[in-house]
Amino acid sequence: MLTNVWLVLLFPLLGFLWCLVFGRLWPRLSGWVASLAIGAAFAASVSVLVGLLALVPGDRVRVGTLYTWIGSGAVTVPLGILVDPLSTVMILIVTGVSFVIHVYALGYMAGDPGYGRFFAYLNLFVLAMVLLVLAGNFLVLMVGWAGVGLCSYLLIAFWFERPEAAAAGVKAFVVNAIGDAGLILAAALILTTFKTLDYVTVFQEAPRLLTPGGGTVTAITLLLLVAAVAKSAQLPLYVWLPDAMAGPTPVSALIHAATMVTAGVYLIARAAPLFTLAPLTMGIIAWIGAITALFAATIGLVKPNIKRVLAYSTVSQIGYMFLAVGIGGFAAGIFHLMTHAFFKALLFLAAGAVIHALGGEEDMRRMGGLRAHLPAAYWTFLAAALAIAGFPGFAGFFSKDEIITLAFTARTGSAALGVIALVTAGLTAVYMFRVFFLTFHGKPRLDPQAVEHLHRPGAVMVVPLIVLGVLSVVGGYVQFPGEGFGDFLLPAFTFFGVQPVVVYGLNGGIAAASSLVALAGIGIAWLVWQKYPTTPEALGRALAPVHAALLNDYGVDALYGLVVVGAVRGLGVLCARVVDGLVLNGIVDGVGTAVRGLSAGVAHLESGYVRTYAVAILAGVIVILAFLVRGGL
Amino acid sequence: MLAPLSDYLILSALLFTIGIFGFLYRKNPLIMFMSIELMLNAANLTFVAFGRYLGQVSGQVMVFFILTIAAAEVVVGLAIIVAIFRARASIDVDEIHLLRD
Repeated sequence: MLTNVWLVLLFPLLGFLWCLVFGRLWPRLSGWVASLAIGAAFAASVSVLVGLLALVPGDRVRVGTLYTWIGSGAVTVPLGILVDPLSTVMILIVTGVSFVIHVYALGYMAGDPGYGRFFAYLNLFVLAMVLLVLAGNFLVLMVGWAGVGLCSYLLIAFWFERPEAAAAGVKAFVVNAIGDAGLILAAALILTTFKTLDYVTVFQEAPRLLTPGGGTVTAITLLLLVAAVAKSAQLPLYVWLPDAMAGPTPVSALIHAATMVTAGVYLIARAAPLFTLAPLTMGIIAWIGAITALFAATIGLVKPNIKRVLAYSTVSQIGYMFLAVGIGGFAAGIFHLMTHAFFKALLFLAAGAVIHALGGEEDMRRMGGLRAHLPAAYWTFLAAALAIAGFPGFAGFFSKDEIITLAFTARTGSAALGVIALVTAGLTAVYMFRVFFLTFHGKPRLDPQAVEHLHRPGAVMVVPLIVLGVLSVVGGYVQFPGEGFGDFLLPAFTFFGVQPVVVYGLNGGIAAASSLVALAGIGIAWLVWQKYPTTPEALGRALAPVHAALLNDYGVDALYGLVVVGAVRGLGVLCARVVDGLVLNGIVDGVGTAVRGLSAGVAHLESGYVRTYAVAILAGVIVILAFLVRGGL
Repeated sequence: MLAPLSDYLILSALLFTIGIFGFLYRKNPLIMFMSIELMLNAANLTFVAFGRYLGQVSGQVMVFFILTIAAAEVVVGLAIIVAIFRARASIDVDEIHLLRD
C-alpha cells in the first residue's frame, strides 16, 4: 500500500502532461482529466494512509528512493521521498482540497479562453506541492519549493492581459525568490555541516553534530525561517499575498488552503529536529506568528474587497500556525493547517460563487442582501465563517483552542502570546462576520447591470461547497476518536527524538474564554454592520487616522515601495543613465565616430567614375613593372 | 624571311598603348570595350611571337584561352551595357557613378 505514494506524484504529472498536449484542442475534456488525475492522487493518498495505519506507530517512518539523482564524489542525492504521518497528512490535505477546487473550477472557469492552460497549471501546482511535501531530502524539497513558486506566478498572472494581475504575479515571484535564497543557503550550510542533505541522516545526526542554541544551528534555522516566512506570507514578507487576489478565485483557494502558503508551516514542522535545537529561532517564529496574526486581522476589519479580506484572514491564520510551531506545538500547528484548509477553501469558493454570480464584482460595498439569491453560497459561507471564528463545535474551534491553550501553558509560551492569540480570535470573528453581513444581509447595493446578470451557480460549483461545508463543521473531531490526530502525527517527530508539546482534550477555562470572545466578535459584527449600518462610516470618520493606517496596511507596502522599489528603481536609473547612457554608449558611439572619421578621408577615392579607377590600375601596374624591371627597390 | 622578334614586340606595345589611351579617353563604353580587345590582342601577339621565337606551342595555346575569355567578357559586358541603356537611356560612363560615397 505504501508504494502507492508514487502514484500520488504520478497522477498530477500525467494530468499536467495531458493538459499541456490536449488542453487547447479539447479544453472541457482536459479539465475533467485534470480533475480526475487529482482525484486519483487523493485516492492513492488514502491508500497510503491505510497502509500506514496498518503499521505499528514506531514503524511509520519510511523512505523510498526512485533513483540516484546526483552522485558526485562524497555527495549523493537520491530522488528520494519520506513517508511518515506528517507527509501523509499533508498529501491528504493537498490532494483532497485540490480535488474539490478542481471540480469547482470546472464550473467557475467555464468559457475562459485559457481553460486548458488553467488546468495544466493547476495540476503542475499540485504536483509541485506534493513533491515538496513528500521530499526525502532538502534538494528534492527545493525542487517542489521552486515549482510551487513558479506555479503561483503563472496562476496569479493567469489573466496576464490585465496589468495588475501581471504585476501581482511578478511581485509574488520576487518576494518568493527571497525565500528561495534563504532555503538554498540553508541547504548549503546543512551540506557543509552534515555532508548530506538526506532528512533522516540530518535529523538523526543533528543532536550529535550541533550544540543546542549554537551558531550553526541558529543560522540554519534562521535561513529556513526566511524561506518559510516568504512562502507563508508572514511579516515582513506577506505583501505578495493580498495582491495575489488578482488571480482567478479557484487559484486563491488553492494557494490559500491546499498549496503554497502552508509550505512554510510544513517546513518548520518537518525540520522540527533542527528547530528544537535553536530556542532563539523558535522564539522569533512564535512572535512573528503572533504579531502577524494580530496585524493582518486588524487590516481585515476595513478592506472593502471581499477577496482581500480573505487574503488577510489567511495571513492571520497562518500566523496562528507559526505561533503554534514556534512554541513547539507542531501537531497543533498541522491540525490548524488542516482545518484551515477546509474552511478557507470554502470561504474562497463561496466568495467565488458570489463574484461569479455578480459578473466579477469583488467590492462588498456593491453587494448585500444576496442571501435569497445564493442560498448555497450563503449557508456554506456561514459554516466556514463560524468555523474560522472558532464557534464552539466547528472545526476551527478545536484547532484554534489548542493553539491558544498552548500559548498560555507551553513552557516557551507566555501570557502575552496567549492574550494576542485570544484577541486575534475575537477580531477574526468580527471581520469574518463583517464580510458575512455585508455580502449576504442588509439592503442590496448591487449594480443594476449585475442584478440582471445574477444567476445561481451550477452543480459542479455547489457540490464542492457542500463537501467543504461538511468538512468545516466536522473536521475538528478527528482529534478525538480512537487514535487522535495529534497522536497519529506524533511518530513523525518522536522518530527523530523531538517531543512536541501537546494538549489533550479541551482546557475548560480557555475553551469558555475563546467561545465567549468568538460570540462577542460575532455580536459586534452584527451590531455594527447589520443592526446599525451607519456605524462603520461614523467610526471611520471618528478614527480617521487609524482607518487610513489600516486601509494602507500600516504603510508596509508604501514603505517597501519607497525603500526597496525606490532603491532598485534608483539603481536602475543610475544604470540606464550613467552606466548605459554615458559609459557604454560612449564606447560604442566612440568606435563608430572614429571609424566614420577615418573612412571619410578614404571615401573620396571612391568616385564612381570607371576611368578614374582605370588610371589608378594603370599607375599601379606601372609601379609594379618598375619594381620588377629594377629588380628590387 | 621573318621579321625579328623585337618588331613584333614593338607593334604589340604600340597596340597596347593605343588600347590604354583609348580606354582612358573615350566615354562611350563600346569604344572602351574595343580598346580592351585591342589590349588583349596585343597580349596575344606577344604570346604568339614568343611562342614562335622559342619554338613552343604553349604560347599559341594560351591565345585560345584568352580569345575565349575575351568573347565571354564581351557578352557579359554588352549585356550590362544594354541593361544600363534601357534603364537610363544613356551609356555615357561619366554619368554612371552610383557606386560612390
